[in-house]
Amino acid sequence: MTTEHRLGQVANYVDERTGAAAWMKKNLQKVFPDHWSFLLGEVALYSFIILLLSGTYLTFWFDPSAREVIYEGSYEPLEGVQMSAAYASTLHISFEVRGGLLMRQIHHWAALIFMAAIVAHLMRVFFTGAFRKPREANWIIGIGLLTLGIVEGFLGYSLPDDLLSGTGIRIAEAIIQAIPVVGSYLSYFAFGGAFPGEAFIPRIYIVHVLLLPGAFLALITVHLMMVWYQKHTQYPGPGRTEKNVVGYPLMPVYMAKAGGFFFIVFGITAFLAAVASINPIWLYGPYTPGQISAGSQPDWYMGWLDGLVRMSPPIETYFFGYTVSWNILIPGLIVPGILFTGMALYPFIESWITGDKREHHLLDRPRNAPNRTALGAMSITFMIVALINGGNDLIATHFDLSINQIMWGTRVGIFVLPPLAFVITKRLCLSLQRADRELVLHGRETGRLLRLPSGEFVEVHEPISPEKAYLLTSHEQAPALELATEDARGVKRAGAIRNKIRSRMSVAHAEAVPKVSTEDLKEIESH
Amino acid sequence: MSNEIEAIKDPGLPAHVHRKADHDPVAARRAERQVAAMFMISGLGTVLLIASFFIPDDVFVFVPVMGNQNAHQLGLGLGMAISLFFIGMGAIHWAKTLMPDQEVIAHRHEFRSPDSDRKEFVDTVKEGAAATGLGRRSLIKRTLGAAIGLSAVSPLLLFRDLGPLPGNDLKETSWKSGTYLVTDPGDRRIRASDLEVGAVAQVLPESDDPEHRKLNDIAKDAVLLIRLRPDEFNLDAERLSWTHEGIIAFSKICSHMGCAVALYEQTTKHLLCPCHQSTFDVTRAAKVIFGPAARPLPQLNITVDAEGYLVARDPFYEPIGPSFWGRISS
Amino acid sequence: MKRLSRYRRHKAAGPALLIFALLAIGTTFSVASANTTAQTTTADRSALIEEGRQIFLKGCSSCHGLNSEGGVIAPSLVGVGAASVDFQVGTGRMPMADMSTQAMRKEPLYTPEETAALAAYVASLAPGPEIPTEAQLNYERDGSTAEGGELFRNNCAMCHNFAGQGGALTQGKYAPTLMGVEPKHIYEAMITGPQAMPVFSDKTITPKEKMDIIKWIKHAESEPNLGGASLGRVGPVTEGLLAWTFGLGILIGVAVWLAMKAR
Repeated sequence: MTTEHRLGQVANYVDERTGAAAWMKKNLQKVFPDHWSFLLGEVALYSFIILLLSGTYLTFWFDPSAREVIYEGSYEPLEGVQMSAAYASTLHISFEVRGGLLMRQIHHWAALIFMAAIVAHLMRVFFTGAFRKPREANWIIGIGLLTLGIVEGFLGYSLPDDLLSGTGIRIAEAIIQAIPVVGSYLSYFAFGGAFPGEAFIPRIYIVHVLLLPGAFLALITVHLMMVWYQKHTQYPGPGRTEKNVVGYPLMPVYMAKAGGFFFIVFGITAFLAAVASINPIWLYGPYTPGQISAGSQPDWYMGWLDGLVRMSPPIETYFFGYTVSWNILIPGLIVPGILFTGMALYPFIESWITGDKREHHLLDRPRNAPNRTALGAMSITFMIVALINGGNDLIATHFDLSINQIMWGTRVGIFVLPPLAFVITKRLCLSLQRADRELVLHGRETGRLLRLPSGEFVEVHEPISPEKAYLLTSHEQAPALELATEDARGVKRAGAIRNKIRSRMSVAHAEAVPKVSTEDLKEIESH
Repeated sequence: MSNEIEAIKDPGLPAHVHRKADHDPVAARRAERQVAAMFMISGLGTVLLIASFFIPDDVFVFVPVMGNQNAHQLGLGLGMAISLFFIGMGAIHWAKTLMPDQEVIAHRHEFRSPDSDRKEFVDTVKEGAAATGLGRRSLIKRTLGAAIGLSAVSPLLLFRDLGPLPGNDLKETSWKSGTYLVTDPGDRRIRASDLEVGAVAQVLPESDDPEHRKLNDIAKDAVLLIRLRPDEFNLDAERLSWTHEGIIAFSKICSHMGCAVALYEQTTKHLLCPCHQSTFDVTRAAKVIFGPAARPLPQLNITVDAEGYLVARDPFYEPIGPSFWGRISS
Repeated sequence: MKRLSRYRRHKAAGPALLIFALLAIGTTFSVASANTTAQTTTADRSALIEEGRQIFLKGCSSCHGLNSEGGVIAPSLVGVGAASVDFQVGTGRMPMADMSTQAMRKEPLYTPEETAALAAYVASLAPGPEIPTEAQLNYERDGSTAEGGELFRNNCAMCHNFAGQGGALTQGKYAPTLMGVEPKHIYEAMITGPQAMPVFSDKTITPKEKMDIIKWIKHAESEPNLGGASLGRVGPVTEGLLAWTFGLGILIGVAVWLAMKAR
């Protein structure tokens, strides 16, 4: 029996029970556009799978218990030291389980790459406007995945109960405790009593291995199904319209490339785990509240939170015997809350500003949406300034600076640099638009000089290809909204202020260098 | 939306450019061999992984840049990395060079359902809703609402025993009048003469069972003992009376977010918390001089007993550690 | 006498006399020096102190004052003890290279003998912490790595970092790395509290505990990094940097290659 015959039998078996042939046929032919920037989400997805696999491995040895034990393993510098069973089991995985340290490192590197890929993917989706209708819900799910990822990572590296991560939990507890009215109650409920208690490690274990992975699986499934069903967006270009998708079919090309990429991601993660030590908890020592190490930081995706908390002015208010710690609430809860809510709602904010209610399947080149791109640059600058402050003590020791100077620099910088980044980025985008316009009208500069009979030197310009010319002019330039603030009789309308703000923002958003028009081309021809 | 005709028309998909392997069988075979080579390297990686599993874990190899590396760990990791990476490279190279790379066009359908479907949907829902009779039967509606609302209460109640109520727990520590100060670790009582000017000591309250101190207690009881020259203090009379011959004691738990504030700078007499860089001036009863902490570290009132050992005179006069809503109210 | 003078012109008389004279001088000398060891050592010691004083006057008095009384830019050395000098000069911190925030470890300017002389001189000014003895530095035999780790994390890690890599203090000061520091200097730093470092006297951290700490530091120094290259042993900051640059960076590189058309 040939392979084909065998396969035919299997296919028949399945189809007679599920009717799979119909939808399989359609889906195996599904077209996916090919661009490297579309692979960032895949890096995140594959990192998630690696996390599931390596994490499951670790659960076979990890003991999520805060019970005090005396260490009797093979690592001499901790012999006879009192520690939690969680810490001791992590030492066991690192030193006595063959492959254990490798898996721990794969798990932790995969987590760092997972978060980095999510952020890079978010930036790609944002700067190309892929979050517009019909993909707003997918964007919100993505922000949800980002938030859950930060929490999951924090809980994950806190499980071994070492000095560094234990300090992080202490800080998290202080944030909970600082919540007005209910803070101390929430803290005692979360920790089963006073800090650190014995309940926290086992509880976060269940959140980390069951509840959050379950949430991830559900959200990622919906996220991918929406991409599947709504079809992936594509970059503008010749042959690409709002009504088609140009790319390669799932079988065989996309399967081979995407499947191969999974092995690449896994391979690079394993390579990092082989050559770069990460989270060497045996050097940190077990957690005890009386100890601390210089240069204590959370993992990078929480570094911006640490930086914001560090730069906060020392503000607390007291009234009637009650304390409100603004120095914790503002950087720890309020600002992140505003940021992430703003991020999640951005598709709706932008469509409110532009008044655009149409579907978009062609991506924007970032330069063609200068306001949005500048806003993105502003947010990234904010995050980077905060992140720098989170590592200010390490920067100080490494570059011979003073933590006090760095702190003041970032306190000022966090207000000054983001708007500066906005202005610079917007101007850069408009300049690029101008450059595109020049390219279409006058062609590419070749660097060759020609002397005209009149004696004048000119540079020879080569016209660009029609494909490139189309790419540079196919984008949309919607005019700004014009909203009336007064009705026909000159009386101020209800919602006038809202309309005025909206109009202003719309005008700013629509600022652009005008595209090459038919008149422009005619003019050129007549030269 | 611009109504004018687009200046430059869509020239359509560019002409397909063939790859070498598409028309040159030699190039195709070469590509095939390259893919095969990658898969074979992957196999070698697996062999390395398996072999490394059996290397004893006390063998070290010198690797440039990285230094002495554990051979077992490095072999396992590199073996795994190579075996995975080259499967991927092989598959991608195969797809790029040998699989069809003609771009395919699929068409997007409009998402919006046809009006007839929409109408049918609305009708189905309306009929179904009417069939429940909820519109007419308000008694059912109200009692249903009440039942669901009530049932949401029980899960909340079931979580009540997640933890005890804080009560006064956040405001109390183990420090009482007459508690001896002991070294941490070591649990030795401390005499004033044990500390030189410029010295610092990590301190805990004396315990009946020092081998089994609870972390919960350490989290509130940890104290820092610092000795200055008595003339270096800048304190009011009361706080000065809480010191003994230049020795001053503070809670080690940061008033900001609870990290251990243990960095003492002898020259400046400042305490630095490494978490968020709050800086406290020891000469002025740990007043905050930089950073996000809003309150000084609580000072412990200490004296000596008849034999010269340092003891606490009183418990802490205010709750130690990070702030909370009811911190000051009794 | 007549009997001796009969051999005056014997051919062996010269060599015999020479040998006798050598033996006599040598024996007298060793007997004399053995008897007066104390006096000679004191003499040596005074010589050492005087040598130290000369070196001090030439190389240290411009900042520390002609009588080590200190001045505007340098503290008094009266009472700092031999240990302080051995540490500061032995690690090259003194003489200070530039008047920056704090003295840095560098190549020592003075030889061990000169350092010993300086130490003797300063110790002679007033009693102070002494250079640790062999017994106090026998950490290999008498120290415990595990206990040293506990002590280190309680007393040292908050400034010097969990692996002794160093850390930041305020206003540009720093706690230096403890890697590659002689055990003697570690001990001396603990008992003298150089610059911003507090003093850890032998009552708060006993000599045995100090040996434990030194043993742990030496172990940390020699411990190979188990999971790969160490990234500095400073924690998540360098790990995050590597994840973005080497991790995601390489993956993006592969992605670009993946989506590129093959030739």
